[in-house]
Amino acid sequence: MWGVYLEQLLQSLPFFLKGLWMTIAVSGLSLVAGTAVGFLWGIVRSSRSGVPKALIGAWVDVIRGTPFLVQIFILFFILPEFGVHLEAFPAAVIALSNLAACFICEIVSAGIESVPHGQREAAVASGLNGYQQLRHVILPQALRVMLPPLVGQYVLLIKDSSVVSAIGVVDVTRVGWLTVQRIPQGILVFGLVGLLYFAICYPLIQLSNSLEKRLGRSSRR
Amino acid sequence: MLETFNFRVILEYLPLYGSCLLATLWLSGAGLAGSLAVGCAACALRTSRFRLLSLPAAAYIESIRSTPLLAQLYFLYFGLPSLGVPVTETTVGILALTLNSGAYMAEIIRGGIQSIAPGQIEAAISSGLSYLQRMRAIVLPQAIGITLPPMLGQAIVLVKDSALLSLISLMELTRAGQILTSERFMPAEGFLTSAVFYLLIYYALKTLTVWSRKRLIYLHTG
Repeated sequence: MWGVYLEQLLQSLPFFLKGLWMTIAVSGLSLVAGTAVGFLWGIVRSSRSGVPKALIGAWVDVIRGTPFLVQIFILFFILPEFGVHLEAFPAAVIALSNLAACFICEIVSAGIESVPHGQREAAVASGLNGYQQLRHVILPQALRVMLPPLVGQYVLLIKDSSVVSAIGVVDVTRVGWLTVQRIPQGILVFGLVGLLYFAICYPLIQLSNSLEKRLGRSSRR
Repeated sequence: MLETFNFRVILEYLPLYGSCLLATLWLSGAGLAGSLAVGCAACALRTSRFRLLSLPAAAYIESIRSTPLLAQLYFLYFGLPSLGVPVTETTVGILALTLNSGAYMAEIIRGGIQSIAPGQIEAAISSGLSYLQRMRAIVLPQAIGITLPPMLGQAIVLVKDSALLSLISLMELTRAGQILTSERFMPAEGFLTSAVFYLLIYYALKTLTVWSRKRLIYLHTG
């Protein structure tokens, strides 16, 4: 009996690979946008500017305090009431980018704060302006601390992208959900789904671990 | 647009939200208790010297950490019945939260135990303390202080993760939002109210985390 199902499953493998491509597309786009916005927010957050800093802090708290599923429902179901109609794919990318930006913002500001204060003072004394201080003194050192958790965050991003299947984005989780209606072998179908995620996430987790070992354990805590 | 925000409907549905808040707390509480037990066991096996024990534990931890909770949830939800195991949605939900969180708990506990300087354990051994005595008097009091903040962080993650259980039609806070959306067609009222309740839990747990971090510093210096 399992043999028949296995054969059917292998026949729908192209469908799964299409879903995998969607997962990669959603998380890849969100990764780029989330990193860019997250760096910007993180730099603002570790600066002395009062109001933007407080606003970002409050926003990060709201996003970290609510489930991603609720966030994506709010974006997908509420915006149409305001006349903004989003397809499932852009809604998914926007919600996931925002989530990533919030977590990356925390990593970036922690990384910047880990750079000893004397470094900035020395940069100021050398006559570097604000941008030059960040670009040549602070960020290169902060990056060492930020890199391992950043890669770890990308793994979380790929895993969180499975939630966008709830609004109908046909990613690999959604493909599994659709397939299991046809091939009623949950272990087999979602075993394959899990295997596909594993193939992407496991190497990234190993990369994060080895980066952490190589760049020193100072990033923890 | 806020003037059309219907607070009366929210008030009308408040009893539903109340019971759903309790459901979210109970589901994630059960998941937390389960994951502590699973985490301790998995950590003990993982750090064992026998590969026969440590390899399966490592495989469990790594496969959970490399796959999304939603895929794990569907794996159990569709998989257990296809194996002929009759389970309710609640059991599947708590089981998925437990197994998922258990892997992260195992890593947190391992980190806590490994953060204790080996010299202390050597000193304890040469003082003639047995394994259980060492654990009770030297390792655990320190490890608990170190692991408490990340465990509270994991509790926050658990509460948020329990939202996914609405996708297998369990009653909890997110489901309450879906019900308001489908019965009254008011997604703004429905999901924003759910979000507010989640934020209440989040801020309570966050305060606890801040407190435990302060307490941790106290433990280290005192």
